[in-house]
Amino acid sequence: MYIFRNTHYDFVRWRWHAIAVSLLLIAAGIATVATRGLPMGVDFEGGTIVIVRFEQMPQIQEVRAALSAGMVRGGEAVVQQYGPAENRDVMIRVRSTGEEIDGQLSAEADAVIAALQAGDLGPFRVEGTEIVGPVIGEQLRRQGTLATVLALTGILLYIAFRFQLSFAIGAVAAVVHDLAIVMSFLVFFQYELSLNVIAGLLTITGYSVNDTIVVFDRVRENLRSMRRDNLPHIVNVAVNQTLARTVITAGTTILAVLALFIFGGEVLRGFAFTMLIGVIAGTYSTVFIAAAVAILLQGKKPLKGQIVAPAAVAVPEARRPTRRRAS
Amino acid sequence: VNTMKNFRWKVITILSVFVIFFMSGVYPILANRYELPAPAWLRAQELKLGLDLRGGVHLVLRVHTDEALRISTVTTVEQLREALHSAGVTVTSLTATSPTTFRVEGVPQDRDAEFRRIADDQAAANYDRSAGAGGVYEFTMRPNIENNMREDTVTQAHQTIERRVNELGVAEPNISRFGATGDQLLVQLPGVTEVARAKEVIRSTAQLRLSIVEAGPAATEEALLQPYGGKVPEDMEVLSGAGPVEGTSFYMVRRVAAITGQDLRNARPTLDENNRPAVGFSLTREGATKFSRVTGENIGRFLAIILDDRVQSAPRIEGRISDEGRISGSFTQQEVADLSLILRSGALPAPMSYLEERVIGPSLGADSIRAGITASLIGLSLVVFFMLSYYRLSGINAIVAMVMNLVILIGLMAYFGATMTLPGIAGFILTIGIGVDSNVLIFERIKEELANQRGARQAINNSFSRVFLTLFDTHVTSLIAAAFLFQFGTGPIRGFATTLTIGLLTNLFTSLFVSKTLFEAMLRRRGAAAGVSI
Repeated sequence: MYIFRNTHYDFVRWRWHAIAVSLLLIAAGIATVATRGLPMGVDFEGGTIVIVRFEQMPQIQEVRAALSAGMVRGGEAVVQQYGPAENRDVMIRVRSTGEEIDGQLSAEADAVIAALQAGDLGPFRVEGTEIVGPVIGEQLRRQGTLATVLALTGILLYIAFRFQLSFAIGAVAAVVHDLAIVMSFLVFFQYELSLNVIAGLLTITGYSVNDTIVVFDRVRENLRSMRRDNLPHIVNVAVNQTLARTVITAGTTILAVLALFIFGGEVLRGFAFTMLIGVIAGTYSTVFIAAAVAILLQGKKPLKGQIVAPAAVAVPEARRPTRRRAS
Repeated sequence: VNTMKNFRWKVITILSVFVIFFMSGVYPILANRYELPAPAWLRAQELKLGLDLRGGVHLVLRVHTDEALRISTVTTVEQLREALHSAGVTVTSLTATSPTTFRVEGVPQDRDAEFRRIADDQAAANYDRSAGAGGVYEFTMRPNIENNMREDTVTQAHQTIERRVNELGVAEPNISRFGATGDQLLVQLPGVTEVARAKEVIRSTAQLRLSIVEAGPAATEEALLQPYGGKVPEDMEVLSGAGPVEGTSFYMVRRVAAITGQDLRNARPTLDENNRPAVGFSLTREGATKFSRVTGENIGRFLAIILDDRVQSAPRIEGRISDEGRISGSFTQQEVADLSLILRSGALPAPMSYLEERVIGPSLGADSIRAGITASLIGLSLVVFFMLSYYRLSGINAIVAMVMNLVILIGLMAYFGATMTLPGIAGFILTIGIGVDSNVLIFERIKEELANQRGARQAINNSFSRVFLTLFDTHVTSLIAAAFLFQFGTGPIRGFATTLTIGLLTNLFTSLFVSKTLFEAMLRRRGAAAGVSI
């Protein structure tokens, strides 16, 4: 069975439109962050989460009322149903923790529990708490940024070593693009930045580069047989040759990630959402962004493969390889 | 004949790899779950679940190393004061100015040389002395001494917590260094539900010292200080008693303790003369020598038993005490049991505070496992369905490679003693995705080669040799990304990074070696002329 057989879509021609669309999305993301701020989870901002399981599920408003009445600034707490309804779990989040140095870090959690007990909500059990002090939050923020920057640098160096600098920059530009798009969508859909989301972002980094390399690798291979052609053409042929693989891989990965998103439970939802958007963005950027940037940077300069091979060795059939492939 | 032999070896390799990893990884899980026969060591091989799946407590503590330095500086200051006192050198002031510095003022001109000799005797090993002008000297702790002392403090805290956690009877705890600042400790206690108690036992500094009471108890601080002109003498300190009402009794005690928690040999719950719960302790040989000297010299006076800077009780010294003693106060049975445990395990060298606390209840963990497995199975079946309908017979090839990949992955994780976390399950799903991607890459290439009128055998050989480089590059870049996930050091994310890294490595084996052998098998059965079902 074939989905894309001998295609020759002119992807490279659409690169400016694609870049415009991406920049628009990213700009919208930045505008949203500028107005609403980047929503940070307790992992990075510090704060207290209490998850309780009720014997009889109360109305969320009742829980809110109990917190407003029973604790200082309890009205600012975020209250949500957690997991499937039959579990009767409620998640309560407050932005503060107890004093880190000279007190009990768990003071806020204790206050939440006391307020729930004081409210008339029926018996409940504390299922879990997450209390992250500001020191750890700051530490994780730093580590998260560092991990992402180092991973990107490592990938940049590796591709520059294996391919060319222009390709490396193209691949990293595509990754940065994907990360920006995913972040924008996380902001649009009000997902909070947590450790799991960062894991998703780093996975997307790997996935996106992975996808780009498959195309670049084809470009590298084609350089040998298409020495006379210009780079945009060579790239376009490579994108078309790998199109079936690109689409099928994206499709199967999306199937798996979608299963994770729907059935994977509350803890993994942010991760799965990040992956879902990331896979789509990563596939799109491979076709439109990575190659476009590489072409832009390379300009009229000769490529590594083209310098190494002396022109005299060119076999005659290499002159019009595209027609052969397209027929 | 040669290729036949080669092929046979490949099949044998694949089968033995499968059997070995199945037995070491998957079988222990099945054996424990369905009570299949298995030796105990194999059962113990079962993949361990992380805190997020089995429930437990995750704590990050900060050790206040400054406090350990301060105690050391204060001790040096007191020793210097004693030495100056017995040499008859009087100075106007001698005080610790920060955790690592102290300052002497008003050294008499004519005793300057003698002061320097005594000071160097007492402090030169650890502190640098300023040149001194007008009888004023600054002492600063040497940087290497400071670093060593901070390091030792954290190490000692680490060991103390380990002993306490073991005494609490937690199975498979994890206590390790954490973070980049060097003063953080991570404590993970799987399956623990009595969180509040565990937290208190771990953190209690339980700094015990016994000091001679100079004055008190008095109802207010002013009353206590009246005979001293309202000022605390430099070698004394005022502490509050641990009565039921805060701030109703004050004692003035000597700064230099007769003995401290470090002199204890053992501690156990007992009862005092009024049959109330108390902690009985016995002393080490050196502790006993010191204690018997101090008690012998101070018969008739009062001895304050001080725990974390609160006077628990201050009994009268009736006679020389050598190696046994008792701490009484208003304790409950539980408090006495915990206090004995803490004293037995040694005092913490410095106070600690919690920076992070995560508690995962066992039912939340069970929910996560259920959701993770459901998602994996559904994701897996969707992929299987797609691969079979799109690639037909070759789809089976991809599925065999995928199953093989998962079996090796579980086997290796069990072998390395890695823990399975919820993000680890996500790592499994991602590994499935990467494995399928590798196969798609190969299959699409085969199709392309076939379209170029190559024979089945040549198409397969060409594809595998061309795809090798692509797979190598894509896997290395993914490994670079995975490596940086280890930056986060601990917990669930590390589980994800572990799974992903192992998955990437096993996938190279299954997609390049196993898949290729399966294609060879297909060609053998159907004959090269029949072509490839793809």
